[in-house]
Amino acid sequence: MPADEEEIYQEHILDHYEDPYHRGHCAHPTHAHEDDNPLCGDEVRIELDVEPGGRIREAYFNGDGCCISQAAASMLVEHIEGKDVGFVKQFSAEEMLKLFGARLTPNRQKCCLLSWKVLQSAIFSPVDGGGPRTADGKGNATAGDATTGEVKKP
Amino acid sequence: MNALATLPLDPQTLRADFPILATTIHDNVPLVYLDNAATTQRPRQVIQTIVDTYERRYANVHRGIHWLSDQSTDLFEEAREGVRAFINAPAREEVIFTHGTTESINLVARSWGDANVRAGDEIVLTVMEHHSNLVPWQQLAARTGCTLRHIPITDDGELILDEFDKLLSPRTRLVALASVSNVLGTINPVEEIVRRAHSAGALVLVDAAQSAAHMPTDVQRWNADFVAFSGHKMLAPSGVGVLWGRRELLDAMPPFLGGGSMIRRVKVDSFEPADLPAKFEAGTPPIVPAIGLGAAIDYINAVGLANIHAYEDVLTRRAHTVLAEVGGVRIVGPALEKKAGIVSFTVEGVHAHDVAQLLDRQGIAVRAGHHCTMPLHKRLGITATARASFYFYNTLDEINLLGRALADAKHVFRRR
Repeated sequence: MPADEEEIYQEHILDHYEDPYHRGHCAHPTHAHEDDNPLCGDEVRIELDVEPGGRIREAYFNGDGCCISQAAASMLVEHIEGKDVGFVKQFSAEEMLKLFGARLTPNRQKCCLLSWKVLQSAIFSPVDGGGPRTADGKGNATAGDATTGEVKKP
Repeated sequence: MNALATLPLDPQTLRADFPILATTIHDNVPLVYLDNAATTQRPRQVIQTIVDTYERRYANVHRGIHWLSDQSTDLFEEAREGVRAFINAPAREEVIFTHGTTESINLVARSWGDANVRAGDEIVLTVMEHHSNLVPWQQLAARTGCTLRHIPITDDGELILDEFDKLLSPRTRLVALASVSNVLGTINPVEEIVRRAHSAGALVLVDAAQSAAHMPTDVQRWNADFVAFSGHKMLAPSGVGVLWGRRELLDAMPPFLGGGSMIRRVKVDSFEPADLPAKFEAGTPPIVPAIGLGAAIDYINAVGLANIHAYEDVLTRRAHTVLAEVGGVRIVGPALEKKAGIVSFTVEGVHAHDVAQLLDRQGIAVRAGHHCTMPLHKRLGITATARASFYFYNTLDEINLLGRALADAKHVFRRR
């Protein structure tokens, strides 16, 4: 068995898949976004409760899909909770893959990056009646630019 | 050895012809190739034909007044005759070389469709079609304003013919369906569909991509109007496919792609199309892939399609047994006697991609996802399946290994 592939199903990742952090919904979401990867059917929704100053008070995810897509979403919301929106904008795809840990083939990197892409859109997607147009109130900045090969819903 | 003696063919002898099947991966795990519905592997005989052609008999076809071009043209036209005999077509001119099933279907949708289909007309498809037999018709509908109808399926993945009858009307221009579903493995009743469609005055296109290498194709017995299939799913190189059509239909259709070869004469502002089959073979055709397809057909004929079909049935039966023993496995598709060597399934608590990834660890190649049939998966109420698909070089031992590897995969996920 190949060591690099085996890493995908290591304890840490299985823990996040089977006992995820904050799978569910924010009580008072200010920002939210969802997307899917139509090629494999993975779905992820992320909800954020962002304070007026830009701090992410609470982050939740929900979704359906393979171990990688769902474990990655769990890791991501845990990682960004309590951080500023500016931190999320700076958080690159490369850092997301590093956060996940296991080495992934290009095909399965898409599974891992789905939640990252959803998050990058979520901070620009206020819930009706929720916070400012962008989560940090600073207008449409650079977050979208950082994405590579983003898969849009048809 | 008794069991082997009763098999319709000897897979071990045949495997020796397929160099790639001796591959080991992931630090010495033998490759178990169960993704034959996506593409088959090639035997030495086909590979050697390709090498021989390039090394000794390659030039452009139908062009040169020189020896090498004659050599190449002879091989290319021999391959066309091989295809004609393989599908029992009445005439060689009706066999069009394309670049694959997808191009074959697009050719019909563009050429026949644009010339014959009007707003208000209807095209009847099935819910189980591959995207390649859906999207070209959606594009035709967008161009012409025709309407698409879909024959529904039972929960077991069989076409509901009573519903088909209700869809047929004087507005129906064409029925397009797969002979075998690439996910369900369902063997569709092509002859019966053709009979009913013709009674309603509609033509029938058969997507034979999943059946051509696995069971006999007889376009006259089917009585179909168009039949499309690909070389790469039947031991031949990728990049070559076939469209067979009735001569009177092909003769009446405008050319599809324009360019060299497809013309009789060109003036600065007009052209006269060439006769069949050149009319639909614009540009330099897939010369060597087509010659490789000829060699692949020779190989398949030597093994025998009846033997192949019977042996795949043995493998598929074993697969159903083995998967049932794993527990928590749901196989989609009809009863064994109605299906080909394609087994798509879900595993309780394990996403299809994780199934494929975990099987890959044990050297087993299966496909996971929607297999280019998103509407079918929606109908089945699942987002993705894992698919094991067989060919004559697979063995019962490999099927047993699939079962053991699936049981292991389930154990990776602990609490579900």
